[in-house]
Amino acid sequence: MYLGWAALLELVLVSTLNGVLYGMLLFLMASGLTLIFSMMGVLNFAHASFYMLGAFFGFQISQFTGFWPGLVLAPLLAGVIGALIERYGLRNVHRHGHVAELLFTFGLAFVIEEVVQIIWGKLPLDYRIPPSLDFSAFTIFSTNYPAYKMFMLLFAIGIFVALLLVLTRTRIGLIIQASLTHPHMVGMLGHNVQRIFMLVFGLGCALAAVAGVIAGPALVTQSNMAALLGPILFVVVVIGGLGSLSGAFVASLLIGLLQTFAVAVNLSTADAFGWFGIHTNPLPFLSDIWFVTVAQIGPIMPYLLLVLILIFRPTGLMGTRDT
Amino acid sequence: MSEGAQTASMGRSASGILATALRYAAWVVLAALVLTLPKMFTSSFAFTLLSLMGISIIFALSYNMLLGQTGMLSFGHAVYYGLGGFIVVHAMNTITKNSLPIPLPLMPLVGGVAGLFFGIVFGSVSTRRGGTAFAMISLGLGELVASSALILRSFFGGEEGITTNRTKLLRIFDWSFGPQTQVYYLIAIWCFICVLAMYALTRTPLGRMCNAVRDNFERAEFVGYNPQFVRFLAFSLSGFFAGIAGGLAAINFEIVNSSYVGAEQSGTVLLAAYIGGVGFFSGPIIGAILVTWLQVMLSDITEVWQLYFGLLFVGMVMFAPFGISGLLMMHAPLWHARVLWRLVPAYLLALAAGLVMLTGVSLLIEMAHHLSTKTSEGPMMSFMHVPFSVHSFLPWLVAAVLVIGGYFFFRLTWPHVEGAWHTALMKAREHGSAA
Amino acid sequence: MSAIELSGVTKNFGRTEIIRGVDLSVRVGERHAMIGPNGAGKSTLFNLISGRLRPTAGAIRLRGEEITGLRPYEINRRGLSRSFQVTNIFPRLSVWENVRCAVLWSMGYKYSFWHNIDSLADVSERTELILRQINLLDRRHFPAGVLTYAEQRALEIGITVGGGAEFILLDEPTAGMSRAEAEHAVALIRKLSEGRTLLIIEHDMSVVFNLADRISVLVYGKIIASDEPAKIKSSRAVQEAYLGTAA
Repeated sequence: MYLGWAALLELVLVSTLNGVLYGMLLFLMASGLTLIFSMMGVLNFAHASFYMLGAFFGFQISQFTGFWPGLVLAPLLAGVIGALIERYGLRNVHRHGHVAELLFTFGLAFVIEEVVQIIWGKLPLDYRIPPSLDFSAFTIFSTNYPAYKMFMLLFAIGIFVALLLVLTRTRIGLIIQASLTHPHMVGMLGHNVQRIFMLVFGLGCALAAVAGVIAGPALVTQSNMAALLGPILFVVVVIGGLGSLSGAFVASLLIGLLQTFAVAVNLSTADAFGWFGIHTNPLPFLSDIWFVTVAQIGPIMPYLLLVLILIFRPTGLMGTRDT
Repeated sequence: MSEGAQTASMGRSASGILATALRYAAWVVLAALVLTLPKMFTSSFAFTLLSLMGISIIFALSYNMLLGQTGMLSFGHAVYYGLGGFIVVHAMNTITKNSLPIPLPLMPLVGGVAGLFFGIVFGSVSTRRGGTAFAMISLGLGELVASSALILRSFFGGEEGITTNRTKLLRIFDWSFGPQTQVYYLIAIWCFICVLAMYALTRTPLGRMCNAVRDNFERAEFVGYNPQFVRFLAFSLSGFFAGIAGGLAAINFEIVNSSYVGAEQSGTVLLAAYIGGVGFFSGPIIGAILVTWLQVMLSDITEVWQLYFGLLFVGMVMFAPFGISGLLMMHAPLWHARVLWRLVPAYLLALAAGLVMLTGVSLLIEMAHHLSTKTSEGPMMSFMHVPFSVHSFLPWLVAAVLVIGGYFFFRLTWPHVEGAWHTALMKAREHGSAA
Repeated sequence: MSAIELSGVTKNFGRTEIIRGVDLSVRVGERHAMIGPNGAGKSTLFNLISGRLRPTAGAIRLRGEEITGLRPYEINRRGLSRSFQVTNIFPRLSVWENVRCAVLWSMGYKYSFWHNIDSLADVSERTELILRQINLLDRRHFPAGVLTYAEQRALEIGITVGGGAEFILLDEPTAGMSRAEAEHAVALIRKLSEGRTLLIIEHDMSVVFNLADRISVLVYGKIIASDEPAKIKSSRAVQEAYLGTAA
C-alpha cells in the first residue's frame, strides 16, 4: 500500500506522540516498580492492580466532585493502602524469602481484582475526560490531537521532574537513594529503614495509581485493566534490566513506540513478501502467518522483544542486578 | 519446631529396611485404591470429579518439579499443558480422518512429547535467568502463547477452540472411551504412571542436583555441574508431564481452547501446588485434590468463590508457607512420640474461634457482594439458609460481632496452642523423635 | 610444569585495582599457603583461579592448560576444587546428600535421570568414606543448615574434596574455630591433601607454619614473597608488611 507523503508524515507524528505518551504511562508504573524492587528486592506483582485502583478510585471520586480532586485523592488513597499492605502484609512475609514475597503480591493482585469486580462489576465504567480538557489541542494534517492527551503527557513529565527533585534535592530523597543500595548501612546510621520501606512502597503504588487516574478516561476503565497491562509492565522491567531506572525508561519508550507504530501499520507478511515479488504462500499450512498483519502482532510485540533480548542480552538492556 | 528436627526424624525412620518395604507397599496400596475408587463412589458426578483430580494431580506435580524441587517459580506453566492438549486434539483428528491404527490410550504420550518439545524450545531461552526474572519471563512467554491463539487461528481454533471425538480411534478390548467411567480409568492409570515416574525422577542424580541447585545455585557450579543446564533439563521434563496432563484434559473434555494456555490456568496450578505444599512430594497431590474439589463445590455455593480462593492463598503465604503437607509433616515427630493427642483440646478451641471469625468474614463478603451487584434482585438474600434483608442493620451487626469477637477469642487461644505444643514437644524430645 | 600457574594476573573492579599483576607458581603435590593482611585480595585470587571471576588481564594455567575465563564447573571438571570462606553448603539437603552431590560428577553420573541414586553402590561408598574422614557420619541425616559452625566448616571441606580433585583450594578453613577444633582441622586437611596439591589461605600462623611446604605473601594485590617457611619468617619485607617483629 502506498501512502502519500503527507499521510505518512501524519501517521508518523501522531504515532510518535501516542507512542511517547504510552511509554510515559508505562514508565510512570515501571519507575515505582523499579524503586520498590531496588530497595526491597521484591517485584510487586500487584503493581498493575494499583494502577487499576487509581482508575477506579478516580472514577468514584469524580462521580461526586469531578475529575480534578480525584487526581489528587485517588493516588493518595492508593498510596496509603499500599503502605498499609506493606506494613501488615509484606513485612511479615519478608522472612520467608523472595519467592514468598512474590507469591504474596501475586495473591494480592488476584484478591484486588476480585474485590474490584465485586464492588464495581465487570463492565467498563463511564470515566469521562473532564469537560475543561475535552477539546482538540492542535491538528496534525487531518488528525485532531486531543488536549487531554497532551495533558497526560505533560502531567506525567511533571511528575517525573518532581520525583527527580525530591530524590536528589531533599533529605528524605537522599536517604531513599542510599537505602536503594545499602539498606543495612542506612539502618545503622539510625534511620528507620522499616518506615522508609513502607514509604517507598506506598509511593510506588501511588505512582501507579496516578497513571491509572489519568489513563482511565482515555483508555478503558474496567476490572481487567490490571490483567491486561500487568504482563507488559513486567516485561518492560525485564527488558530494561531489573533494578535499572534508566533501563526501565528506555524499555518503556521502546515498547510504547513499538506497539503504537505496529498498530498503525497495516502490513501483512504477504505484503512484505510481495515487495520481493513472492505472491504465493510457500508454506500453505502456515497460512495464518501469511495473512497476519503487523497490527495484529502489536499486542504481542513486547513478548517477542523479550525473547529477542533473552537470546542476545539476557541481563536486559541496562541490567545491573541479577536476582 | 525446627525443620531440621522433622527431617531428621523422617530420615531416621526412612532408613530402616522395614520402611523401604513399607514404601513399596504404599505404591501397591495406592494402585489398588485408584482402581477400586469407582466401586466406592459410583455416581457419574464422582467420576467426573475424580477424572478432573487425576489430571490436576499430574499437572500440579509437574509444576512442582520446577518450584519445589528446582526452585524455579513459573507463572506460565499452562503453556506446556495447553500446547500438549492442542497437539493431542490435532493428532486425534488426524488419526480419525486417516483411520490410523493408533488407540486412544497412547494419545497422552503424544501430549507429553509435545510438552517436552515446547519445554525444550522455550526453556532454552527462559532458563537463562533465574529467580524473579525467570518468573517474569515465564509470565511473558505465557502471554505470548495465549495471545498468539487469536492470530494462529488454524492451530488454536480462534475463540471456539478445537473439538475432537475420543470414541473414533482404534478400539482395544472393545473400549470406546465414550462413558466417563472408562475415561476415569484411562486418566487414573496415566496418573499412577506419572506419579511413579515423577517420584522416581526425584531419586536420580539429576533429581538430587535439582535440589542442590535450588538450595545453592552457585555451589552446584563448584562441584562440577552446570546449574543452568540442570534447570533447563528440569524445565523440559516438567513440560513433558504437563503435556501429558494437557493431553488427558483434551481427551476428557473433547475440546481445547486458548484458556488452556492462559494466565488463569497457570495461576490455578500454582495455587494448587503451593496450597498443598511445595516442600514435599505429596504436597501438590493434596493441593490438586483440594483445589479441584473446591473449584467444583464452591462455585455452586457462592458466586465469589474466586475471592475466597485468593484469600486462602494469601493467608497460606503469610501464615503457612509450607502448605498443607508442611503443616502435616510438622506434626510427624509428635505422631512418632504418640503425643499428638495433647494438641487436640487446644486445636479444637482455636478451630472453633477461627470458624466464628471466618463465618463473620464470609457473611460480610456475601452481603457486600449482594449489595453492589444484585441491587436488581432486591435486598433479600440468605446465608447458610437464614434469610434476611441486606438493608437491615441486624445482619451487619451480627457480622461485625462475629468477626471482631471471633478474632478476639482466636487470639486468646494462641497461648493455649503454644503451651500444648511446648509440652508435646518436650515429650517428643524425651522420646527421641525430635531434636 | 607447575600445578597452578598465574602469570601477570590483574583484576580491576571498575577503576579499583584489586589484583595488580600477580605471578604465582604452585608445584605439583606441594602444600602452599597464601597469607597477607585483610583486603590484600587473597579470596579474590581464589575467585579468579576457580572461575568465579574473570581476570582483567593475565593468564591462569592448570597443569599447563590455560583455564583463564572458563566457567567454574569447567575448571572443576579439570580437577580443581575450592572451599569458601563463608560457608557455602546446601542448607536444606542432609549432610549425606551434600557430600553425595559433590561426588556425583566425578563418578561419571552427570545429568542421569535414569539411575536410581540410592542403588549406586560406588556413590554411597565414597560418600560414606568422606563423611567418615570429616567425622560427620553420625550426623548424616540432619539437614546441613542445623549443624554447628565447626561442623559446617568440616562439611564445607568434605564437599570440596568429595569429587577427588587433584588441586584443592581452601579459603580460611579454620576461621572461627577454637584451638582444639583448628588442630583437628589441620590434621584432617593434612590427611585429605596427601598426594594432592593444596593451596590454602590462612590467618592462623601456627596452622600455616605447621602445614605449608611453601608460603606466598600477598599484600595490596601483589605477591611480595614466595618461599619456604623459614625464609618467609625471617624476611624483613614480610615482617614489615604483615608478620611484625618479635616484641
